Amino acid sequence: MKNSKFRKILFFLLIFNFAFLILHFPLYALDVQKRVLNNGLTVLHSEKHNIPIIMVTMIVKASPLNEPQEKAGLSNLVAELLDEGTKTKKSSDISEEIEFIGASIGASAGSDYTTITLSVLKKDVQKGFELFSDIIQNPAFLQEELERKRELIKGSLKHREEEPSFLAGRAFHKEVFGEHPYGRLVEGTPETISSITREDLVEFHSRYFIPNNAILSVVGDLTGAELDLLIKRYMGDWKSTGMTEKQINPMPGEKTRKVVKIDKDVTQATIIIGHMGISRDNPDYYAVSVMNYILGGGGFSSRLMQKIRDDMGLAYDVHSFFTPNKEKGVFQAGVQTKNESANTVIEEILKQIERIRKEEVSDEEISSAKSYLTGSFPRRLDTNRKIADFLASVEFYNLGLDYAEKYPLYINSVTKADVLRVARKYLDPENFVLISVANQKKAELRY
Amino acid sequence: MLLLTTMKKILSIIFFIILIPVSLYAEVKEYTLKNGLKVIVVEDHKAPLATFQIWYRVGSRNELAGKSGMSHLLEHMMFKGTPKYGSKAFSKIVQKNGGIDNAFTTKDYTMYYQSLASDRINLSIELEADRMNNLIMDPKEVIAERSVVMEERRMRYEDDPQTSLYEEVVATAFKSHPYHWPVIGWMSDLSSIERDDLYSHYRAYYSPDNAVIVVSGDIAADEIIKKIKALFENIPPVSGRKNVLSKEAEQQGEKRVALKKEAELPYIIAAYHTPSFPSEDSYALEVLGMILSGGKSSRLYKSLVYEKKLALYAYADYNGFNKDPYLFLFGATSSPGRDVKDLENALYGEIDRIKNELPLEKEVQKAKNQIEASFIMGLDSIYFQAEILGMFEMIGDWKMKEQYLEGIRKVMPDDVSRVAKKYLNEENRTIGILIPMKNSK
Repeated sequence: MKNSKFRKILFFLLIFNFAFLILHFPLYALDVQKRVLNNGLTVLHSEKHNIPIIMVTMIVKASPLNEPQEKAGLSNLVAELLDEGTKTKKSSDISEEIEFIGASIGASAGSDYTTITLSVLKKDVQKGFELFSDIIQNPAFLQEELERKRELIKGSLKHREEEPSFLAGRAFHKEVFGEHPYGRLVEGTPETISSITREDLVEFHSRYFIPNNAILSVVGDLTGAELDLLIKRYMGDWKSTGMTEKQINPMPGEKTRKVVKIDKDVTQATIIIGHMGISRDNPDYYAVSVMNYILGGGGFSSRLMQKIRDDMGLAYDVHSFFTPNKEKGVFQAGVQTKNESANTVIEEILKQIERIRKEEVSDEEISSAKSYLTGSFPRRLDTNRKIADFLASVEFYNLGLDYAEKYPLYINSVTKADVLRVARKYLDPENFVLISVANQKKAELRY
Repeated sequence: MLLLTTMKKILSIIFFIILIPVSLYAEVKEYTLKNGLKVIVVEDHKAPLATFQIWYRVGSRNELAGKSGMSHLLEHMMFKGTPKYGSKAFSKIVQKNGGIDNAFTTKDYTMYYQSLASDRINLSIELEADRMNNLIMDPKEVIAERSVVMEERRMRYEDDPQTSLYEEVVATAFKSHPYHWPVIGWMSDLSSIERDDLYSHYRAYYSPDNAVIVVSGDIAADEIIKKIKALFENIPPVSGRKNVLSKEAEQQGEKRVALKKEAELPYIIAAYHTPSFPSEDSYALEVLGMILSGGKSSRLYKSLVYEKKLALYAYADYNGFNKDPYLFLFGATSSPGRDVKDLENALYGEIDRIKNELPLEKEVQKAKNQIEASFIMGLDSIYFQAEILGMFEMIGDWKMKEQYLEGIRKVMPDDVSRVAKKYLNEENRTIGILIPMKNSK
């Protein structure tokens, strides 16, 4: 079982590589109720009564974008400590109570926001919602829990250095974004984590974990009236306050070519090639989606996979993706291949990037890409959990409730000329960042 | 719908004792075609989607020494085309129709699936029927795909110290049974697998009477079965499969294995031979696994990670869904600067504790609630609904799912301590330790 799951997990990762640039679904079919409460909390609700479960997702607009560089890791530490004790409950009480009802609570910080989730059976929704609300509003941030979590995060950062892909990704973001928050790990570094105090946590929490800075999305076996009661009972005292915007370090300007070689005793070279990409509100998002699907986002239908895996047999996984964030994200192509073939594979990836910038894609390619992108979205919303997460993120990125109706139109209006135009505009075969984690002696990179 | 409403009322009355009566789960329909192909259908009309899965009863368990990894390589070759649909056409057609497809191989079985809009599910039936019988397997493609699998092996095993240790431990725990080798195969075996080996493997095991189809989603069972009959029933069953008779002899003393590899932190795995489901003891073993490792309130997390701070992560995992007896596994990553020996002893301390003192009634109930809730949450996904039936079918019969839940509900605290005493002992243990080495270059 353990081993067999790996393939699946990898597969889902691949799918999600391009799934997160495709936020498009038939919202009209979801029947979503949206409202903004008096305290400023945005609530999205979709009733699904076929199974007695309820999935809750809250987005709080708090992320590395809001933390000082010398305290990098602050938003992550706040998220990690939410369920480690509140004003009335110890850490162990929270996990005991939530797990006794077979429910789960999770909290994590990402590049743009913090997500807190609850998965609970209908019959236990009172208890689940009570704990969920409590950890969001009343975390205690006890010194003892802070010290424990600090050590766990530092240890886990050390542990992850075993993974070539972790080393490569960390170096890549640093080179692309420099001092901008996207250039560092959400976890921060051991040094910045060490500098975070309990006061920092309390201050960050009270500043950002407020209803007028949050989106609540609830999907499942719950009526509007039932949800109102829950919110009134458990979030009734949650008060809005004013917010001050923080100055964020600017993104680097001109792109230049940078090559970073990390030596490690491994059999495979892990390679990332890429540069800055686009933000989520860029109108070229749709043309970029189609273009990237053809280049390296479309799994076995993509050019990179066909060439490097199917024809050359040089990799198990090769892909490309954009991460359209609140601010500009990355474009990256990634691959693992035996040390000895690293040069060949890099050359081929660059060749494919040049090719899609030089000639129009074929009719067959563009029509397949469009039919996948438009035809696959109901499937990406096939569980209540996915719908809850989706609604929250659609709201965060301001895509609007009619987004799903418009999405197919946007995709279908993309022409071959558009694909060529965005490939030329957003792909750069000269000024890219190239990271390789490899046995450098064997890889002998020409770059 | 009526049924569900009634059910919800009942649910609010019964509290912790029995979470969910049997009938919450959708009705399952079963058919067997003349050629022995079994078809299981679950209608779930919540969204216009469907999942098609075909399960073949073949995995690394059915391989011979020197040819490990054949079943998994064959799985890769299944995407390489038939005379009707060329190489890699399969995935492209599915994607063009807005669907996804993939496959995976385990020790006991190989499963292929597609998830599509329900009005296109016939595509799955056509494509799967075609490749069950008409695979080309071009020798050149076999050689190319062999290299792809070698890259896959490098990525998952060679360059991942913890997975490498897992492979060592399992190979040490099993000396005669084919569970000895990894599903992906040994590197040297991979290079020796020829086209003809794969083709005979395909012919012997990809027979309709060795397969099960599970379809779930927004479909009409009668229509689906008609279509499946039309396309699959003329595929003749083949004989010549050999039963796997190998049995691992009882272990008579602890085995230890050390792995020195470039890594950041020490890692320990403890593996104990245990029977698989539906053995009488399997239910209590499942509950035992949950008590030890089901979340942050579980014993291993609380003791090794939270209180003693010896480990960054720690888990216990009873692997009961296998054809033959497999392993109850423990694993823990050492915290930086701590001695892995202390971690090992602390792990044994927790095992001794549950052997010597009965777990609390409430702890057992929590574990049962977690298992039961995970089944109900799983109903959210049509893929999972199909998968769970397929998994039970691979070890016997999909109807064993009920037996499983019933068995879990009956577990008492003394059952948990009893199975811990019976299986988690030194004689039956294989220990693996990862010793991190510095980069020598």
